[in-house]
Parts: sequence; structure tokens; C-alpha cells
Amino acid sequence: MKNEQSLHISGAEAVIRCLLAEGADLIYGYPGGAIMPIYDELYKFSDQLRHVLTRHEQGATHAAQGFARTSGKVGVAMATSGPGATNLVTGIADAQIDSTPMVCITGQVASHLLGSDAFQETDIIGISTPVTKWNYQITKASEIPKIMAKAFYIARSGRPGPVLIDITKDAQFEFFDFTYEKCKGIRSYQPVPAMDMAQVNEAAAVINAAKQPMIVWGQGVILGEAEEEFKDFVERSGIPSVWTILGLSALPTSHPLNMGMVGMHGNYGPNLLTNECDVLIAVGMRFDDRVTGNLATYAKQATVVHLEIDPAEISKNVHADYPVLGNCKESLLALTKLVEHKPLEEWRARFASYMETEYETVIKGDTLPTKEGLTMGETIVAINKYTGGDAVIVTDVGQHQMIACRYAEFIRSKSNVTSGGLGTMGFALPAAIGAKMGAEDRHVVAVIGDGGYQMTIQELGTIFQTGTAVKIVVLNNDYLGMVRQWQQLFFDKRYASTEMTNPDFVMIAKGYNIDAKRVSERSQLDAAVKEMIASDKPYFLEVCVEKEANVFPMIPTGASVSDIRLQ
Amino acid sequence: MSETTRYTISIYTENNIGLLNRISAIFLKRHINFLSFSTSQSEIPDVFRFIIVVKMTESGVKKIVQQIEKQVDVIKAFYHTDEETIFQESALYKVKSSYLFEERQIQNIIKDSHANIVTVSPEFFVIEKTGFRHETEKLREDLVPYGLLQFVRSGRISVTKSAMGISEILNNFNNQNND
Ligand SMILES: Cc1ncc(C[n+]2csc(CCOP(=O)(O)OP(=O)(O)O)c2C)c(N)n1
Ligand SMILES: [Mg+2]
Repeated sequence: MKNEQSLHISGAEAVIRCLLAEGADLIYGYPGGAIMPIYDELYKFSDQLRHVLTRHEQGATHAAQGFARTSGKVGVAMATSGPGATNLVTGIADAQIDSTPMVCITGQVASHLLGSDAFQETDIIGISTPVTKWNYQITKASEIPKIMAKAFYIARSGRPGPVLIDITKDAQFEFFDFTYEKCKGIRSYQPVPAMDMAQVNEAAAVINAAKQPMIVWGQGVILGEAEEEFKDFVERSGIPSVWTILGLSALPTSHPLNMGMVGMHGNYGPNLLTNECDVLIAVGMRFDDRVTGNLATYAKQATVVHLEIDPAEISKNVHADYPVLGNCKESLLALTKLVEHKPLEEWRARFASYMETEYETVIKGDTLPTKEGLTMGETIVAINKYTGGDAVIVTDVGQHQMIACRYAEFIRSKSNVTSGGLGTMGFALPAAIGAKMGAEDRHVVAVIGDGGYQMTIQELGTIFQTGTAVKIVVLNNDYLGMVRQWQQLFFDKRYASTEMTNPDFVMIAKGYNIDAKRVSERSQLDAAVKEMIASDKPYFLEVCVEKEANVFPMIPTGASVSDIRLQ
Repeated sequence: MSETTRYTISIYTENNIGLLNRISAIFLKRHINFLSFSTSQSEIPDVFRFIIVVKMTESGVKKIVQQIEKQVDVIKAFYHTDEETIFQESALYKVKSSYLFEERQIQNIIKDSHANIVTVSPEFFVIEKTGFRHETEKLREDLVPYGLLQFVRSGRISVTKSAMGISEILNNFNNQNND
């Protein structure tokens, strides 16, 4: 059925109309020769579709990711052929491993030049294949509506991911009769496996028989928009619950059954008790090696129940004794009806007791320091204080990321935006731009290291031009801190190329007309954070922190979760 | 490590140019070599079939098949042991024509091996043999003394003893999308 009269238009105009039909009225990108026809149409449609010019194509992908993560919609990034397209690759790989819905559109040389090593020709289809959920090269305008509809459908359905559509320049110029129909299904692709009640029943029986069960949840809860169903399940069952870094914010920090983070720099109790629980209920998570440590000694005593949308994740890393396939929004609802409530007092008390130990040895020193140097932890605490724990926290990669995720407080879902699976330095600044545009009424605070900040610092230009009111906090330790920490612990303090002579960050921000401040004394911190949060404009705050502080607890690479170190 | 076995992976796909790249990337990433590879039209119009032979553990091949099936353009993927399939390979042998007439022995070799003569020209003749690896291999060894000019063997082709159910999958899809 065609719901629109056919229009005789160019391929380039068709691309814009497809975007609008998919509800994509905000896109990020960078122009160039092979995509100029589409940019010409963007000019004509500028009242309906907003294009944000980032300062690098990588920034466009991360901004699209940040937008997708806070809005729940598909992010869109656009670039020209050749170098424009290759600059997208890091963001695409990041979106692939973190299951972020994104559609990238690249221009390509005219179809008669394909394969001739033409100016700015790269095989972006070949390059992006291993890091996309799907990709396709369009060489005829008539293919545009169907392929664009498929692209959005694939990006957002099932386990989301990035899709790249490469469009030759002649296809952009070509005129054809346009009609648009949304994609409702693809015969070779089953986005959500049907839930099997037999699996649910078996899982419920195992959970009900458990004496020391533990829930580990991941981003699947957020991507499946299953936060309510998850909370009901947790409360109904009374089972202590812990999160992976991408699951953060799906359950409020203050929830009595939220026991903290698992993984390399996760909390003490959750990691230790992983190897003591009798039933491990994994919800929308994929047992990444940063979560499991050494697989040979990971939860070997536990019966594993795995609620998962992607069949390829079942028993990929950790054997699932009781897989429950399907969208967890549906399976959690079904499971909640079958589980019995258990007080589990003694078991819960063990999490509390380990938390006390961790508080005394690590958390107190991080968040209420008495020693001279400023800490990353106390900065996060100040951010919590002035945002009421209701900010979107965007982090880069490194020590500051782990500290922010450990100490930031959340009361709402979709509030933690970080590069988890790929660990992409340079992610946070552009992602914060998109995150703010995806949640305009919220505080968006980017917490970034001095190293990663300089990987995409040019996006200050985008912030300046668009006036996007993101709050940028650089936790400056003059080091590639996380790598320095490893050098200290595992390479006898040989600090090879991790110390940085940094520029005057405040002056740089001011150069972009962004209000900026530097803080290096504890007495100034609170007021500075308060001023930053109170501002309704973009704001830059540099916090000069202790140079050689370490993040603990820590599970060294290849060690068991039971070998987690407090110092 | 658990034992490795030879598995035949059968993949039913849409005919998408990029798909070969996508599938081989799954193997490349895990350092798994193809023992043999072939692709052709399947029993269903517009549906292609890849046949890949690998030697690996069952848990390994299971994960590979899950990754393959996850690809959007893959309709379904399976793995089977040799016992579960009927499989063959084809080989072509090019020999100087003079031998065919001068050496009686070569005629016996061809007859005994149940090979077919595909073409005969004044300069050379080509024979074809389809069968198991050891059969095509034996014929190659037998022909070497007669100056084998060219030899080539195809990838494995196979059908399974059990049903694949691809038409059912496609019909189910069509029915669901026509309501
Ligand atoms: C693009 C990229 N290059 C290199 C790394 C390796 N790496 C991980 S953390 C880190 C140090 C980050 O330093 P900084 O941004 O100052 O943060 P800090 O750890 O000091 O808080 C590096 C180099 C990475 N994750 N990403
Ligand atoms: Mg640093």
C-alpha cells in the first residue's frame, strides 16, 4: 500500500524525505564533494531537518550515539566519501559493540568510477562490514526509499546497531518517482526471538529454589525499555542486583536492592559474591571479559539463567544453563508473575558488609578526602549534589570514567552515556552534544580526562556554534591516568609516554567563547560546580586533581573476580 | 581442548554482494581456515546457499553458526558432521591427447575410476570425476605419470539427510506479513 502520492524528485531529495519519514529531524555530519547533492537538499529543507556541523566526522558519529542513548531514537550521521567515510569508522565500531542504533549515510563517487581508484573513493562497504549490523551501497536512486526504510528498521529493531548506507553521487542526482513505505519486516531477519514459556517456567523454578541468587543486569534493560518490568522483577523477587557499566541508571542508585557494579573496577561485594551465588540471573548483558575476568574461574558454582534478545550471546562466553530468549520487557513480565518473594536477609547482609569494607578502604578516601590533592571522586560527589543526582553523565575513557560510574548517582534511566565495549577516548565531548540534544530539559555533564579531551577537543567549535548547554568537566591529572596506573602496578612504574604537558584548557575554552574556570583547591570546588550547574550556557570546568591517584578496587586482567584487590 | 571434527556449515542467504565479505570476516576474526568453500543457487529461487567445510570443536562451530545466523541477510545456518550429509567434490584433469591413444593403461585408469571424458581435442583431453576426496585424489596420483597438464578440484557440495525447512521459514514470514 502506498500512503503517499508519488513525487518526481532527485535521489538526494529522496534521502531527506526518507529521514523525515523515519522521524529523524536532527542529524550530525560534515559535507564534501561526493555528498554535496544531499547537502544542497538539506539547505532547502533546513526548516524541517536540523543538521549539526561537527568539527570532525568522528564527532558526528559520537554525537549521533549520544543522541540515541538519551532519546532512545536512531542517531544519524552523514559524511562524504573517502576520508569523510573513514573518519566515521571509530564511531561505527563503538556503536556496534555497544548496540547503539545509528544510521550513517556516506556519499560515494559516481557509479561509473567505482573501482577505478577515483578521487576520494574508498571501499567503505568493505571497511565497515565487520563493524556494522548491516550496510549497503546504493547506485540507483530508485533503491533509496526501500534501502533507507530497511536501514532504520535494522538499526532500531532487535538488538540495535549501526547501519551504513553508501550512496553514489549519480544516484543522488538521478530523478525518479518517489514513494515511501516503512519497513515492517525482512524475511531473513528475526529481530526478536519469540519468547518460549517453557524457558520462562524453568527459569522461574530455578530462581524460586535459589538460596543465594544474584541478578546482573546490562544495557538490554534500557534498550528494551524494560526499566519498569525490571524494577518489578527485582522488588518482587527481593534478589540483590548488580550492574554492568552500560546497565547503569536503569535502576536508581538509591534502590535498596541496587548493590553496585560488577567488573574490573566494580564494587567489592558484587564481584566477590559472583563466585558465591547459587543462581546468577543475567538480564540483557553479554558477559564481557571486563565483567567476568578469567572465565575459567567465573561463577563456576552458579546455575546461570540468561535473559537475552540475541541468540548469539547465549553460551558465547558463559554457559547458560537456563536461557530465556526474547525481549526482556516481555520475559521479565512473565517471570515476575512466577517468582516468589524471599527476604534473603543474610545474603543481602553480605553485600552490605562488603560495602562497608569497601567504604572504609576505598570510597571514603575517594569521596571525602582529607589529604591535600583534589580527587576525582569528590568532584563527582559535588556534581551529584548540585544536579540532585538527576543529570545525564557522559564519560570518556580512563580513570575518570570508572570513578564517575562508581560515584555518580542516578534516579532516571538513560542517564549514563559512556563508551563501554570499545573504550573510545574522545567519545565524551561529542557524545555530550548529542546527549543534550536528545534530552534538552536535562543537565548534561561530560566528565572527561585531559587525554581523551584532546582527542576531540575541536568539538568545542560545535558547542560554540550551536550554543548547546553542555557542562564539561575535565579531570586533569596531567597523565593518561589509567595507563599510568597500569604502568605503576604492572610495569614497575615505567611511565612510558603517559605524562602530558597540557595547554591552558581554560584559555582554549574561552577562545570558543565558552565560560570557563579552573579549580585546584578543595575550598573552591563546591562553588565552582554550583556555578557551572546553575549556568544555562555551555560551561567548562577544569579540576586539577591528584596526579598519581589510582582507581580501586581492581581485578587485574586475567585474574578471577574473587581476586579483586582493594588496594 | 576438546576434540576437533570436520563440519559442513550450510548457509541460506539472500543474494547480497557484501555478504561473502561479512561471512568470511566472521571466520577471519577467529583465525579459522576454510577447508573448502562453495556457493550456488539453492532449491529456492533467489536464495543462495554457501557450503563451508571447517575442522573445529563442536562448541566452536556452534558459536560460529550463531554469529553467521545473526547476519541480517542470512536466512538460516546449520552445521553437520560428515555422517549427517551426502557430500561430493568434483575434479577436472587435463592430459595430453597423445597419451590417450598411445598408452593403453590410461584408458584403463579412466574406466576403473568411473571418470567421464568431457572433451577431446587434438592437443589435449579433459576428464571429470566426482566423488569423495580420496577418489579424486587417487585419480590425480594415477594420472601424474602421464604428465597431468592441469588439475583442479571444486569445494565440497553437500545436501543433508534431514530437512532444512527453509521454505517453511519463508512461508511463515510471508503469512505473518500478509495479515
Ligand atoms: C582512542 C584510544 N586510544 C588509546 C586508548 C587507551 N587508553 C585507555 S585509558 C587511557 C588514558 C586516558 O587518559 P585521560 O583521558 O587523561 O583519562 P584518565 O585516565 O587520566 O582519567 C588510554 C590511553 C583508548 N582507550 N582509546
Ligand atoms: Mg588524565
